[in-house]
Amino acid sequence: MKTLAELQAIKEKMQGQVNLRDDDKSVRVVVGMATCGIAAGARPVLQAFSDLVQANNLKDVSVTQTGCIGLCQYEPIVEITRPGEEKVTYINMDAGKAKEVVERHLMRGVVMADYTINSSGMAK
Amino acid sequence: MFRSHVLICGGTGCHASGSDGVMSALSEEINKNGLEKEVGVVKTGCFGLCALGPIMVVYPEGSFYSAIKESDIPEIVSEHLLKGRVVERLLYRETVSADGIQSLNHTAFYKKQKRVALRNCGVINPENIDEYIGADGYQALGKVLTEMKPEQVIKTVMDSGLRGRGGGGFPTGRKWDLARKLIPDADQKYVCCNADEGDPGAFMDRSVLEGDPHVVIEAMAIAGYAIGATQGYIYIRAEYPIAVKRLRIAINQARDYGLLGKDIFNSGFDFDVDIRLGAGAFVCGEETALMVSIEGNRGEPRPRPPFPAEKGLFGKPTVLNNVETYANIPQIILKGAEWFASMGTEKSKGTKVFALGGKINNTGLVEVPMGTTLREVVYEIGGGIPKGKAFKAAQTGGPSGGCISAANIDIPIDYDNLISIGSMMGSGGLIVMDEDNCMVDMAKFFLEFTVDESCGKCTPCRVGTKRLYEMLEKITSGNGEMEDLDKIKTLCEYIKNNSLCGLGQTAPNPVLSMLHNFKDEYVQHVKDKKCAAKVCAGLLQYSILEDKCIGCTACARACPAGAISGKVKEKHVIDRTKCVKCGACVEKCKFGAIIRA
Repeated sequence: MKTLAELQAIKEKMQGQVNLRDDDKSVRVVVGMATCGIAAGARPVLQAFSDLVQANNLKDVSVTQTGCIGLCQYEPIVEITRPGEEKVTYINMDAGKAKEVVERHLMRGVVMADYTINSSGMAK
Repeated sequence: MFRSHVLICGGTGCHASGSDGVMSALSEEINKNGLEKEVGVVKTGCFGLCALGPIMVVYPEGSFYSAIKESDIPEIVSEHLLKGRVVERLLYRETVSADGIQSLNHTAFYKKQKRVALRNCGVINPENIDEYIGADGYQALGKVLTEMKPEQVIKTVMDSGLRGRGGGGFPTGRKWDLARKLIPDADQKYVCCNADEGDPGAFMDRSVLEGDPHVVIEAMAIAGYAIGATQGYIYIRAEYPIAVKRLRIAINQARDYGLLGKDIFNSGFDFDVDIRLGAGAFVCGEETALMVSIEGNRGEPRPRPPFPAEKGLFGKPTVLNNVETYANIPQIILKGAEWFASMGTEKSKGTKVFALGGKINNTGLVEVPMGTTLREVVYEIGGGIPKGKAFKAAQTGGPSGGCISAANIDIPIDYDNLISIGSMMGSGGLIVMDEDNCMVDMAKFFLEFTVDESCGKCTPCRVGTKRLYEMLEKITSGNGEMEDLDKIKTLCEYIKNNSLCGLGQTAPNPVLSMLHNFKDEYVQHVKDKKCAAKVCAGLLQYSILEDKCIGCTACARACPAGAISGKVKEKHVIDRTKCVKCGACVEKCKFGAIIRA
């Protein structure tokens, strides 16, 4: 290594990962990982969120798991809470939808209405 | 990329309580559940809460598990890592409250702490240079080599108010300035690191080296640039195998990355670091003896002046700083002198790491801003004294320091305050004593250490400490006379004033400060032949209470000296001429019939 730019490159590559060890964040992504969630494919969803948050170095976002919230037929379920906004619940998620949610909702603040629980008609 | 990191403490404390076994059990269980691509396991340095090891923290939740056993691992993996359900029964109990689980930083142990020197300990993997770089590592070296002149570096360190953390408290910036200027045409200079932590009960430097070895390497390179040195040596005792191993790994990684070696960051600056192992002699923590030992000679001090800044290692100008001092440097460079000087008291800036030991609930490693009171350290961070016993005193500075009595528990801890009450900062060992500790016995304990560790070169230390020890021995065995107390004081002053190096000059400190703070206790030992704490065996008498003894013979069978006689179901008696005062009978008696007074 001969330049500061090289040092900076390693720093940026590592920052997203080391940042995982900070539990003081305001945006929360919670993936349902009970038996129902896992059976419906929640693990690749969790992994996708985690990878994308780190790859994009979203420092204020934590990606964690939770248990069953009682809507097993809509799993995998992902809840996103941003400070000062109402909780958004996404249903029937997969890794591809996760990528869209990260890019639109987490990075630009646009809720992906088509994927939320409201779109299922259940809430009406 | 991992979605979850499990951090396991690999410091000496947790290593001893079995973290290696826990770590391999965890890796095995993670593989069994097919989580090896999702969950990363990281071995870190010390978290500080050594009393509750092995310690394990799971992120992103930040769940803090303490006293983990291998048999707990399957549950943690299947519940927490697979299903995201925190295993509450295994959490550090302070993090569990009625309102749910709180962050570690809000617990009593951590909330008053301010981690500067220890900032990466328990956060990064010390064996991976990339993690150190990810936590701003080597940025300060880069800044210094590309943007700053050596004089600016020295000025920044000077303005920060950083003082030597090894105990003496000499301003670090001034030390560097002297080494730069005193011999302007020196063909070679050296930067040395004192990692010969020898005080009984102190383990701050070991923890920094185990948890964040690169910070010391980076700081030494910065010091090298500031004074104009190209070679550094870390002098560390061979008794610290984990720290030595991680330092070796760190030095090799830094060389591979070109952060040590020739022409670092294309600046034309060359610097390299080597390790020298010490055999564990206390005197080798004294700067002149340390350098003599690095040179390959017998570790003995020499008179100063000349000071190392003028004539140090191999006769060349040398800067020698302690591990913790170096651990502060990179952040002072990055965040500025004002940031550092904003912490602490008027003349003692920044933070100080203490190794808490003795009669305290949270044995471990803490870092607090200078000026924190002993009460906060003992009762808030340290969790108080076990079994609700009363605080009696705390020893700072180990065998070179003195005690802080209960009367001074509210004074802010800094270099100058401690000296004004007859103690010293020392390297940071803090041994808490309660009502069951005898202050004559404690003084004897520390003196026994210095008698053992005196190198023997000068008479005041070699003979003086031995005679002093014998006087204390005389008092604790019940043969003391009042004039001995005056003789002790006179001899202490003599040793202080005439010894060649710091070891001898400070050896009488524990005796003097305990005699000053607890004079009554010494007088009681001499006049009444009593030890109120019931520690000094020579002053205790054992007897059997007739009305409580039922004649079970348990005590007689336990007595190694055959001093107890009596028939079955009849009262027993102790023959005091035979009694060796070992106390075995007291432990065996189920009826509380044997008393010691």
